[in-house]
Amino acid sequence: MTLISSSIGRKVAMALSGIFLVVFLTQHFSINLLSIFSKSLFNQVSHFMGNNPIVQFILQPILILGVLFHFTMGFILELQNSKSRSSKYSSYKGRANATWMSRNMILSGIVILSFLALHFYDFWVPEMNYKYVEVLPLDANRYYEELVHKFENPIRVGIYVLSFIFLSLHLLHGFASSFQSVGVNNKYSKTIKKIATGFSIIVPIGFVFIALFHHLK
Amino acid sequence: MNLTLKVWRQANKSAKGKIETYQIKEISPDMSFLEMMDVLNEQLMLEQIDPIAFDHDCREGICGMCSMFINGEAHGPDRLVTTCQLHMRKFKDGDTITIEPFRAKAFPVIKDLTVDRSSFDRVQQAGGFVSVNTSGNTQDANAIPIDKHDADKAFDAATCIGCGACVATCKNASAMLFVSAKVSQYALLPQGKVEATDRVLNMVKQMDEEGFGNCTNTGACEVECPKGISLENIARMNREYLFASLKG
Repeated sequence: MTLISSSIGRKVAMALSGIFLVVFLTQHFSINLLSIFSKSLFNQVSHFMGNNPIVQFILQPILILGVLFHFTMGFILELQNSKSRSSKYSSYKGRANATWMSRNMILSGIVILSFLALHFYDFWVPEMNYKYVEVLPLDANRYYEELVHKFENPIRVGIYVLSFIFLSLHLLHGFASSFQSVGVNNKYSKTIKKIATGFSIIVPIGFVFIALFHHLK
Repeated sequence: MNLTLKVWRQANKSAKGKIETYQIKEISPDMSFLEMMDVLNEQLMLEQIDPIAFDHDCREGICGMCSMFINGEAHGPDRLVTTCQLHMRKFKDGDTITIEPFRAKAFPVIKDLTVDRSSFDRVQQAGGFVSVNTSGNTQDANAIPIDKHDADKAFDAATCIGCGACVATCKNASAMLFVSAKVSQYALLPQGKVEATDRVLNMVKQMDEEGFGNCTNTGACEVECPKGISLENIARMNREYLFASLKG
């Protein structure tokens, strides 16, 4: 109990849930990327992910718990941190010693959370409705068309692009920072930072590219 | 140099403070910041105004007493210096300088720019020491072989003067850099390893009880630290704490 109730315990938990979400993001990106190259392969993989019982009933609940934990803990930490300095500075030069990304994780996090709400409304809710409420017949070829249909609306694509800019900003601090939180700060840290920075830029750009590709096609 | 100073004035811990503006003339660029404050206080006393209370002691960057937040930064705009080592040549003639106390729930203001940093003392007392048997048979420390890299890192951590700039500058008012320096200083040495588990658990527990915020790895503390204490120490403390928690 000491571990989870302490400031370091919460920090480590935040980092581990963040790394878990980065792993999920990589998997999500890989599947989305397939839609650029092969309609049938994208449909096949999506069908597997949507109907495999291990993915559906074990991995999916773990993922939802991971997301819930990460943002709930983020809000709790933000609240605690704001209480630790009740009297604010009249002059505070935050940019002199820390990056914008590191100082505004709660802001980028809220944008990503808002996007997740839209994303769930767009894809997850209809999917759950299709499979478990209306119990419609299995159709292994519907996923690609559903994806393309969603990206027809320019407003949705615009929100998508904006959200992924904030995801990139969130990752630019959060990814490398999570290694520091779990105690990794050694000769490999510069390499980890470079890889994390590359990931934080390339993956969101990739998501944006996929959205624009289907919108403009 | 002629300057406009905006200084936080607060009569006591419970009083409501506010920023007061003072004009000061003919300040030498070679003066230290604290000498400039002395000149200001002389001027205020001649004007029958209560002089500004501020912390200071050694005035050579060793004691860690001076604690001002100058133009939005702990110990002012210079790097790797305390306020007493900051010189007026870092400012320009005609500048407006805002001077505030270090602000944190765990550092309550005593008066004007002086703050109560005894929370650091209590964290230190919770485990920042090595219990030494003083029976007269204590082993000579130099007789214990220590890896040069570890010795250097322990020494670097030990240069922390406990000034509180890390807390003051952190957007979360976190004390992790200070506590991690104290934990690392001992954790790296064989003499400190004996009590390592209790030390890190007790010091972190005390740190949390004092009301410091959580670390979000912004790195601001490392930049503003007058002694250049590295974030590597925080990672080490995290490791120490994780293993100590699992060990119990």
